[in-house]
Amino acid sequence: MQAAQDARVLVTVHPLVVRITHWINVLAVLMMVTSGWRIYNASPLFAFRFPNDLTLGGWLAGALQWHFAAMWLLVLNGIVYVTYGIVSGHFRRKLLPISPGAVLRDIWQALRGRLAHDDLSIYNAAQRAAYLAIIFAGAMLVVTGLAIWKPVQLHWLAAMMGDYEGARFLHFGAMALLVFIVLVHTVMVAFVPRAFLTMITGKTRRVP
Amino acid sequence: MKRRGMTGSLAEHPAPQIARLERRLFLRQGLSLGALALLSGCELTDAESVQKVLFAMSRWNDRVQGWLFDPNKLAPEFPESAITRPFPFNAYYGEDEVRDVDGGSYKLELAGLIRDKKPWTLPELYALPQSSQITRHICVEGWSAIGKWSGVRFSTFLERVGGDMTAKYVGFNCADDYSTSIDMATALHPQTLLTFRFADQILPPKYGFPMKLRIPTKLGFKNPKHITEIFVTNTYPGGYWEDQGYNWFSGN
Repeated sequence: MQAAQDARVLVTVHPLVVRITHWINVLAVLMMVTSGWRIYNASPLFAFRFPNDLTLGGWLAGALQWHFAAMWLLVLNGIVYVTYGIVSGHFRRKLLPISPGAVLRDIWQALRGRLAHDDLSIYNAAQRAAYLAIIFAGAMLVVTGLAIWKPVQLHWLAAMMGDYEGARFLHFGAMALLVFIVLVHTVMVAFVPRAFLTMITGKTRRVP
Repeated sequence: MKRRGMTGSLAEHPAPQIARLERRLFLRQGLSLGALALLSGCELTDAESVQKVLFAMSRWNDRVQGWLFDPNKLAPEFPESAITRPFPFNAYYGEDEVRDVDGGSYKLELAGLIRDKKPWTLPELYALPQSSQITRHICVEGWSAIGKWSGVRFSTFLERVGGDMTAKYVGFNCADDYSTSIDMATALHPQTLLTFRFADQILPPKYGFPMKLRIPTKLGFKNPKHITEIFVTNTYPGGYWEDQGYNWFSGN
């Protein structure tokens, strides 16, 4: 009774595995994207280059070293996260069900600043879509990256995406998707700073 | 950046000061946004140890690529219609600095773990059994282009001269002071060709007259032009770009 009246019960929002893999992923993605931009600059696909001040590595060889070192962190961490998400039922519980109608409605609400974030332990449809998309983008980056790295040894893979040159464009596209979601995600967290702490402590107080 | 002569002299060649300086420079510049965020928690910018980790990872990636390399896996070949025209020129210098090698006095020197070290003249090399390939050249910068090269299988040449095929490395020194080296498994790959022709013409100077090693299973910078010396060794020979930080194996 007393507890119910207080109603300030701590509930777990993010399990430890999710928190650890989240922050390792932040580091890995930061290194991969900034070194990747430097690699892109050596032979741009489009009529622009990324500002060198935003890149990692200092020159092409340095950027390649960072990219091909950080890829191991990204992939190993990603395997732990996805395996945990599937085996523990975390993905099923938190990211499903999802419907296009609900996603559009919640994005519209978010744009009008009316999206409720009362209960951080339940993701709204826009969040579910974003988190599923970021897993998709990450997987695409790894698969297209493998095709670029090994277009001969893994030719079957490269052949599915328009050979080496096709894989470069898809790799860029997946990067753009990932960066876009990360930017939106970061803006949303800035609006709901509690969510930032939750990804560190894992807990939140349930609102009655 | 002269790197000529025998294997022994290669090994004792001091690491070039310039490369070291460049490395330090790029590290300082490299410690921008991402790296600062990464290092802010630690004793800030312990650049030497970061450098060590990156080099260790590059060596690790050499080994992984060695395991991934399938000696029987062929690079895709293309029809004549797919050839990129004009084929891009690329080197560590500009096109106006392309070296002119005199074909008449040219001799290919052999060194290291090779039984018959007799130098080869161009007519002797042209008399070897020739074959052609139309394959994709992929540059470490990211761009790619399809070209046609013709020459002798490198494995055939190594057999002919009695190269030790159990050795680890084959190294190359070039008339343009370039150098590189490859693993023996790649040297023996059926598509690794010692080429004398590009697009059915004798190699023009800008594409590496008189001889370019074409390796469609490796990045472009592992395909040396203007080769003047080939050596077989068990001592890691490095190379012009490899010594500056580019990944040694660089396989496709």
